[in-house]
Amino acid sequence: MTLLDIRDLAVTYRTGGGELPAVRGVDLTVEAGQTVGIAGESGCGKSTLAGAVLRLLPATATVTGEVLLEDQDVLAMSWGKLRAVRWSEASIVFQGALHGLNPVQRIGRQIAEPILVHEPGTGAKAAARRATDLLEQVGVPAWRTGSYPHELSGGQRQRVMIAMALACNPQLVIADEPTTALDVMVQAQVLALLRDLVRDRRVGLLLISHDLSVLADACDRVAVMYAGRIVEHGPGGRLFDSAAHPYARALAAAFPVVGDRMSRLAPHGLPGDPPDPRELPSGCPFRPRCPEAVPLCAAEDVRLRPAGLDREAACVHVGVPA
Amino acid sequence: MTATALTPRALARQRRRRALAAFWNAFRRDREGVIGLVLLLVCVAVAVMAPLFVDADELSVTRASGPPLVGPSGAYPLGTDDDGRSVLTMVVWGSRTSLLVGLTATAISMVIGTVVGVAAGHFRGRPGGLLDRVTDFFLVVPFLPLAIVLATVLRDRWPDLPKVLAVIVVIGITSWPVTARLVRAQALAVEGRPYLERAKALGAGNWHQITRHVLPNVMPVVFANTTLSVSIAILAETTLSFLGLGDPLNPSWGTLLDGAYSAGAVSRGAWWWAVFPGLAVAVTVLGFNLCGRAVERVLDPRLRGRV
Amino acid sequence: MAIPAVASASETAEVAAAGRRISRAGGGRWVLRKLFGAALTLAFVLVFNFVLFRLMPGDPAKAFLRGRAANPERLIQLRQQLGLGEPLPVQFWRYAMATVSGNLGDSWSMGNRPVTELIAERLWPTVLLSGTSVVLAALIGMWLGARAGWRHGRAFDKLTSGAAIGLYSLPEWWFGLLLLLLFGSTTGLALFPSGGMTDPRGGLNPAVDALYHLVLPCATLTLVYIAEYSLVMRSSVLDERYADYLTTARAKGLRDDQVLSRHALPNALLPTLTLFFMSLGYVVSGAITVETVFSWPGLGYLSYEALSGPDIPLLQGLFLVFSASVILLNLVADLIYPFIDPRVRLA
Repeated sequence: MTLLDIRDLAVTYRTGGGELPAVRGVDLTVEAGQTVGIAGESGCGKSTLAGAVLRLLPATATVTGEVLLEDQDVLAMSWGKLRAVRWSEASIVFQGALHGLNPVQRIGRQIAEPILVHEPGTGAKAAARRATDLLEQVGVPAWRTGSYPHELSGGQRQRVMIAMALACNPQLVIADEPTTALDVMVQAQVLALLRDLVRDRRVGLLLISHDLSVLADACDRVAVMYAGRIVEHGPGGRLFDSAAHPYARALAAAFPVVGDRMSRLAPHGLPGDPPDPRELPSGCPFRPRCPEAVPLCAAEDVRLRPAGLDREAACVHVGVPA
Repeated sequence: MTATALTPRALARQRRRRALAAFWNAFRRDREGVIGLVLLLVCVAVAVMAPLFVDADELSVTRASGPPLVGPSGAYPLGTDDDGRSVLTMVVWGSRTSLLVGLTATAISMVIGTVVGVAAGHFRGRPGGLLDRVTDFFLVVPFLPLAIVLATVLRDRWPDLPKVLAVIVVIGITSWPVTARLVRAQALAVEGRPYLERAKALGAGNWHQITRHVLPNVMPVVFANTTLSVSIAILAETTLSFLGLGDPLNPSWGTLLDGAYSAGAVSRGAWWWAVFPGLAVAVTVLGFNLCGRAVERVLDPRLRGRV
Repeated sequence: MAIPAVASASETAEVAAAGRRISRAGGGRWVLRKLFGAALTLAFVLVFNFVLFRLMPGDPAKAFLRGRAANPERLIQLRQQLGLGEPLPVQFWRYAMATVSGNLGDSWSMGNRPVTELIAERLWPTVLLSGTSVVLAALIGMWLGARAGWRHGRAFDKLTSGAAIGLYSLPEWWFGLLLLLLFGSTTGLALFPSGGMTDPRGGLNPAVDALYHLVLPCATLTLVYIAEYSLVMRSSVLDERYADYLTTARAKGLRDDQVLSRHALPNALLPTLTLFFMSLGYVVSGAITVETVFSWPGLGYLSYEALSGPDIPLLQGLFLVFSASVILLNLVADLIYPFIDPRVRLA
């Protein structure tokens, strides 16, 4: 069943210097038990997308479109309903877990807090016990429940964030860069943990990362974002082997293949920087950096079109307009 | 196009000029800062132009011509004191001493504070540690008791010293540690930067390191601090004069208030005598405060939109 | 300006940041180090006190007998008593020893009473006045500052911040004069007495009367301290306002006021508490000018009276007491802090 259905989501920030379109029309779905990945460089709008799902964006953000969480539009909900839905139906694991946790509160209390908010009948003791259980499920020793965030390692803190996200048994978990700032071994552990949890609990996981190696392995489907739009999406593992959109291809090529000495020497990487959202180029936003740009790219702003089995890409070179 | 090669000196000067222009542009847009600047310019103008408007006779206790203790009225918009002197005249005249003491004492404390702060940041080990101790000592001791004690000793030891100078010295001595602490923190930050290491490796001596690298990076903090220090100094002078440590030969707003209080202005209902000099202090200090906070906001982008 | 001036924004931010620095502390060695540091500073104060007053010319013996017949024998006797003929280090030693044993000399005015006696007598009115003001100001100021910082940029914030800066620019004692003029018994609304104090220990009526006398001076000090506390609290809250863990808290479904009270405030409180403890040290000395204006019979007023002499032993003794109180309370603040901030490890 479809847990999350994002339809034509657009987010614009009102700043002192004008309007900043961070997300420009995104459609996305996540099914139960499915892991969907969002890939892209910094500034492409993926974190804004994550924040928009639970309406966690600052007041300067204007959000349009629909975000259907189990068939209810989050964007149209009343505050009370929204607060009830938050965490109990969908929760977020944030990046940079050092600052995502309250530095002066013990982690057991922080994990138990949403339980007490959403299931008020639960006593403090019962909630504390559930918190300890969750800690053990994510591989953190139970005695850590009385520790403060700064007493834990980065990997442990990330696990605590995951435990906390699961406290109210949500259907959907959004993980925003859960492995950034962790070293490779710990990254692998955290990803394995997420995979097990998805499998055991049948939650839907929206995994956001700039690190393709993380996404290629863990996701059933991957969407690549650029300048606020999805430019390609398709099945996880195969997307990067045979990417249709030039940007996705460049992203995939930017990662050297371990063991293949030649790939380190082959030219890869993209010149230039992602475009300033306030001054997007005409036509396709990727055109200035695209090695395959043609005059048509400047004239037409390309939308997603079929590019193979179960795959779409927003490029003029791909298939025919839908 | 510019093809002429500029000397490093000229380049530095040009850069500095541009930085100043950028600073002024940013400051101009800060509403609080502009209000503050206007206020303090008005005060400075009053102080500078006072001799043009004030008749020396009107300041003398014996030769003043007005009726004693008259409230604000036509000829005496701010009223008179118990010797018949116009309060307006005295407030205008008092601005000179108040501002003079404030600015001079701040200049002294700024110089000492910067020197000590930079030295403490640069010379680690014994001499730096000693400077740290001295700075911390002065920071712990409460200001007013220290100032009272210092002022008493100064006046007693050097009775021929103009009392106003004693006040300036006392405020300078009690204020430099605050500047020194700020400068020390900034100097330490600068000392840790890689280009200083490079300079040392290239053989730069202590003097060169300090004047060419540390000092220019420390000055913005000093300037931001200076304006606020002036307001603190003016308040300090007013307080000390009120307690009787001021200079009767160089009346300031503080000595005015001391006179008002000692003559029982409050119980005699002569509220104008006590209110207006204090208002003058408040407005001037407010001007320096608003200005100083704006300078800080402009120089430290982290504080923008927050303070 | 009784409290360390925190008008500057960067200094406010610095105090706020000081509360967040993770440092190593705790354990017996650390306590000893702090104690030793405090003792050392106290010793400096003693030396400073001694040196400063030895700089004074004139004959202390004559000054002591000021106004009274000074026959030469009495002078010699007195000089010997005061140990004036001896070399400087010996004099200092005597002074230090005397101080440590609680003898601060005899006052030159006020009937030559021992300084310690005078100070003890005037201590508690000052503590009553300053203590009440500090506690009131802390509670009200922190509430105002937290609300202003949380609703950054809105009307409440602009209003309170503006008022705080305004109050900050006033000499606190002049504000006291204003209040006297407005509400004092000889002018204005004649709601409150214009000075002095009555001993509240006599029963209910004297107690109420004392309270009555307390209102105006307390209001003066409280309003000025409020300005300071609210500015610091506001700064701390602003520091936390955009922290990630607050987004986490919101994502959990907490209401805005819950996010503030359960998460933002405990973090923002730390630097304000630091300031509060620091200001306690100034409680004793901070009210000098306000006490003078209201003739409140405390240590501040005593200082003002000592100034007119100048009554050197009294001034020396007061300076010592003021400095010692600051050093002591700073020490207490340092020692307590690890118990308040869980991020400071107790080794």
